[in-house]
Amino acid sequence: MQEIIQYLFSGITTGSIYAVIAVGLSMLYSSTELINFSHGEFVMLGAMGIVTIWVHLALPLPLAFVLTVAAVAFMGMLFERLAIRTAKKHQPITLVIITVGASILLRGVAMIIWGKDPFSVPPFSSHDSIEIAGAALVPQSLFIVVAAFILAGAIHLFFKQTLTGKAMVACAVNKKAAWLSGIPSETMGVLAFIISTGTGAAAGIFIAPITMSSYDMGTMLGLKGFCAAMIGGLGSLWGAFAGGILLGVLESLGAGLISSGLKDAIAFILLLLILYICPGGLFSAKISKRF
Amino acid sequence: MKQKKSNVFILVMAISAMLVIAPIIGASSVMAASTYKIGGIFDSTGPASFLGDPEKKTMEMMVEQINAAGGIDGQKVEAVIYDSEGDPAKAVSAVNKLLHKDNVLAIIGPSTTPTTLAIVNFVEKAKVPLISCAAGIEITSPIKPWVFKTAQSDLLAVAAIYKTMQARNIKKIGIITVANAFGESGKKQLIGQAKDFGITVVQQESFGPNDTDTTAQLTKIKSASPDAIVCWGTNPGPAVVAKNVKQLKIDIPLYQSHGVASPKFIELAGDAANGIILPTGKILVTKLLDASDVQKKILEKYEADYKAKFNINVSGFGGYSYDAMVMLANAIKGSGGDKEKIRTALEATKKYMGVTGEFNFSATDHNGLTPDAFVMVEIKDGTWKLLSK
Repeated sequence: MQEIIQYLFSGITTGSIYAVIAVGLSMLYSSTELINFSHGEFVMLGAMGIVTIWVHLALPLPLAFVLTVAAVAFMGMLFERLAIRTAKKHQPITLVIITVGASILLRGVAMIIWGKDPFSVPPFSSHDSIEIAGAALVPQSLFIVVAAFILAGAIHLFFKQTLTGKAMVACAVNKKAAWLSGIPSETMGVLAFIISTGTGAAAGIFIAPITMSSYDMGTMLGLKGFCAAMIGGLGSLWGAFAGGILLGVLESLGAGLISSGLKDAIAFILLLLILYICPGGLFSAKISKRF
Repeated sequence: MKQKKSNVFILVMAISAMLVIAPIIGASSVMAASTYKIGGIFDSTGPASFLGDPEKKTMEMMVEQINAAGGIDGQKVEAVIYDSEGDPAKAVSAVNKLLHKDNVLAIIGPSTTPTTLAIVNFVEKAKVPLISCAAGIEITSPIKPWVFKTAQSDLLAVAAIYKTMQARNIKKIGIITVANAFGESGKKQLIGQAKDFGITVVQQESFGPNDTDTTAQLTKIKSASPDAIVCWGTNPGPAVVAKNVKQLKIDIPLYQSHGVASPKFIELAGDAANGIILPTGKILVTKLLDASDVQKKILEKYEADYKAKFNINVSGFGGYSYDAMVMLANAIKGSGGDKEKIRTALEATKKYMGVTGEFNFSATDHNGLTPDAFVMVEIKDGTWKLLSK
């Protein structure tokens, strides 16, 4: 029993890491219909940024957090202006391939700037791990779970409650109709990128104390985040969130109860099963295609 | 008659012309051979760059030193180095370039077991000596005539760990290994040698090279109640394991492999590194070695040279290419550039005291090291302490 609780704890920790990444991916998809395969690299930039600004320059954590998120969001904006918008006339698949190229470029640049060694980031609070029913929980996990909740909640409110958020969704649904009703679709696109890469950076900052930061951390995280978003149903924020937690818990239970060698295999087989049974993902089965 | 005479004249002219030109041609071919070309393949970027980068730097430094001292038998040495990026396919294309385009005398590297195994058949076929800097035992067992290696095998590291455990009366262990070639090879040795030391492996787990959490695996190991845990991997995974062990409050000794024997590991694991025991090459603890240790002087010189040239601290892994380069230079001496002679001379290397340890190559041993090439250290307060033997 005690072991099961421990597996759940570690599953929820890894799961919320996947969840925050999936939320950023999903958010961009629901406002631009674009899957950004370089999202993991923006997460990496967030983690690396906090290493430089907080650990090396020793600025206070809240300031370092804001600076890092702002810098990465600015890079996201540049990415949209320079690479995505210039190719806007092309097929969506071209844009997706551009994001794959961007991920390789960002990884290479990060390797040159920060070197190849991983960096360690201290946890945000120096508390000991908390013991619940004989199982240990790391305080940083709580930070990540809470951060994932707040990010998803904030994006949810933004889309449902603000005019800008609604306009953004409108752009994704039908760009021409949105343009006819006076919504500047280009501004919306760039804003979506800024928010998405900003949340990616925030995710990177929160997970850095657990995962450590290195130039090549983004690839696997981006991929797992993508899986999580697929499980939950692309475009659904809470679906992505739940998908992330589910993937993490499945991995951890698979590793603990069956075999750690088969950990990834178990998670991915379940992903295939879920997509086979409900292709739209668990939480967006109702709408298969908008318009 | 007259006709015949002029024919003779032309013949004489032709012969004398050839005599005049021949030395020039001969000289130019000597000029071309007056450098000994040595190939290098290192994973200087990519996931194994922590191995490849210092190895490449060391080889460049050594070539510079050899040339400054007048080269080998009066011939300059030229290094042709390619980056295999940790990718076996890139290693294969690099070895083909070295063998067919650059026509090197011998090759040093690659840095990892998979990249080395990928090119072994090529050098065997081309009959060019290869001195690998990788740890995997499969490289030199079974023996391949043209393949040598300077890194200590996992076999020796496991033996060194088990010896320490035996002395501390540890009988049951749980192992957690990284899911790649390094971890698999370590797992095989850990399980294979356990019986010889009266140790049983009660639980075996693995983790992915980029895993962010290993608490599930450690919980499982904990429930099997072993006397100690052995973790086998390279950064950053083992640092995650070390942190998780502390977080789960698992109160038994944690042993790590030589794969994390670098200051980087202490930096990554932080406080969680305290009390970890691991085998390492002597270079990490040069300062702590006894003054009577014959290796100490060699290590100090290598450290000083490296620091002077690159202005960064020496890494434990560059020593593999240091030893490879020194032994190769010794073997080339007097060979006149004949690859078969170089190979024979390498195989006959005896009692060469290098950075890694004392090498004694033979027809049946192309690694030439004993478990003495490792010392056991414990991490205490962010630094290394030698364990008494």
